[in-house]
Amino acid sequence: MRFNLLLAAVIAFVVLAAGSVILPDWAMFLFAMALAKGLVCLGIVGMMRGGVVSFGQGLYYCLGAYTATLVANNLGVSDIFLLTLLSSAVCLLVGMAFGPLLSSYRGIFFAMLSLALSMVLYGSLSKMSFIGGTDGLNIAAPTFLGWAPEGRPLQMALYIYVVAIVVIAGVLMRIYFDSERGLLTLATRDNELRVEYLGASVRNVMTYNYVFGAVLGGIGGTIAALALGHVDPEFAFWTTSGEFVFVAILAGSLSVPSVFVAAIILELVRSFSNLYFPNTWQLALGIFLLAVIVVLPKGLGSLVSRRKGSPA
Amino acid sequence: MDLAATILVDGLIYAGWLFIVSVGLTLVFGVLNILNIAHGSLYAIGAYASASMVGAYFALGGEAFPYGSYVAMILAALLVALVLGPLLERGLLRFFYGRDEVLNVLVTYAVFLILEDVMKLIWGVNPYFVYEPYTLLGDVEIGPLFYVGYDFAVIAAAIVVGLAVWLTLNKTRVGKVVLAVIHDSEMSQTMGVNVQRIYLGAFMAGTFLAALGGALTAPMISVTPGLGVNVIIVAFAVVIIGGLGSVPGAAIGALMVGISRAASVHLMPEAELFIIYFVMAIVLLFRPEGLFAKTQARKI
Repeated sequence: MRFNLLLAAVIAFVVLAAGSVILPDWAMFLFAMALAKGLVCLGIVGMMRGGVVSFGQGLYYCLGAYTATLVANNLGVSDIFLLTLLSSAVCLLVGMAFGPLLSSYRGIFFAMLSLALSMVLYGSLSKMSFIGGTDGLNIAAPTFLGWAPEGRPLQMALYIYVVAIVVIAGVLMRIYFDSERGLLTLATRDNELRVEYLGASVRNVMTYNYVFGAVLGGIGGTIAALALGHVDPEFAFWTTSGEFVFVAILAGSLSVPSVFVAAIILELVRSFSNLYFPNTWQLALGIFLLAVIVVLPKGLGSLVSRRKGSPA
Repeated sequence: MDLAATILVDGLIYAGWLFIVSVGLTLVFGVLNILNIAHGSLYAIGAYASASMVGAYFALGGEAFPYGSYVAMILAALLVALVLGPLLERGLLRFFYGRDEVLNVLVTYAVFLILEDVMKLIWGVNPYFVYEPYTLLGDVEIGPLFYVGYDFAVIAAAIVVGLAVWLTLNKTRVGKVVLAVIHDSEMSQTMGVNVQRIYLGAFMAGTFLAALGGALTAPMISVTPGLGVNVIIVAFAVVIIGGLGSVPGAAIGALMVGISRAASVHLMPEAELFIIYFVMAIVLLFRPEGLFAKTQARKI
């Protein structure tokens, strides 16, 4: 089991990393952004396994992006590893503050309270003119342990960095999903009271899922900020969070790789509909979303497990 | 003292508007158990339809009797409800009854995305201005303060809408049937209630109220794309504060949000954008299901 997981991780890394050589510039940027957003969505999937969906994951996406940008601009830190570490630490702390609070909410109330928190951040950032207000801030290109590439090598380095993080995060989350607490999460979705009666703490489980989601959101936001070179309060706007939920639903909660596949599909659908129907890309996206909900109610992951014949 | 009065009046005006916009949302959630993100788009479509109708009214010689433009606005909202209500409910939403609440949010999110572009296709991206109805009612003087009379008409409209919804639900036969469906739709069906028709009616009423909110707002603003995006989240905050599905809750929620936003505009302008969500977060902390939510038994 563990060996299979390791093998899958190595294969995934090699296949994805090969993209750094094969892919043209535009596609590499698109994939890097999609994978960064996929990290955020992986956090939502972790919560979805427990039956709650955060409509405010933009909070951590934005928080991570702004932390990295402010640290880079004000303290002169440009190392990507350090920036990622710092912003995930900030998101960890904020997640630990809100996690216990949100862990007793369910369904629509969890969704709306998390949305309210992200909109508070959006509103505050929009009004803070000293950090750019609604225009946001620029962030310089990152360095990699002292190495400061430019042009195509920079893109390649950033892409390989995202791939590495995605593979590591994917493996860790798979291990977590299969752990005792991860399985309790599934049981919680089925019947919360029964889990409580069996002696496990549902709040504890929910808090952990939320905190993991926060950290993943922060890492995703940091990488997205570095890839774009710019952050603005829209990172925390509800439509951004809505897209993350969309990817999570598209992926379903059955498989980790499908989250990243779903994120890439969304980015592709969006860029191509942007290109071919510049005025109606939202319409195309909406129809695509409806089609997914109707055809694949359990997400992309259900395609794989159906073939294996294993129960969902 | 002046400041307090200003905050109160501004707050009431904003609350009146908020109530009209959110009561339809809470009604639809109460009956259909769907939190409708597309409510914001219906609002925006109402605004566009109203702008077009009022424009057409004056183009056809409405100057002779300018007050007729108010009828045109209400007709616009009715038209939106009659066209889009059945289309969305019969054509789409009915396939998702009984599914997960959050999944349904996503279904309506898809509808929202689609309608955003449909509006651009129909009305283009240039702003529409119909200021005539806004200036018709003159100004109102309260002490040293001047207000546009139309703003008070919105408060009056909110009170009429609130009373109409409350009386219909509680004092008429149809309303009692709707309450029965909210309470237990399966049981109502066995008692001979045509639940499908109640769902359709409730959704059309919700659509009408959303469009009416937009229609009444159209003269106060320039109608541009992206109108619905912000409205829907504010309306969510109001109905969540009041408790989903509760009409008095929507009224209290609208008052709380309206007055706290007015207070923030005058006392702490930096907080204007997030005060609404801040109030919502605080209320949810102390009343996790909103102020007027019904208690529900949990299945073991």
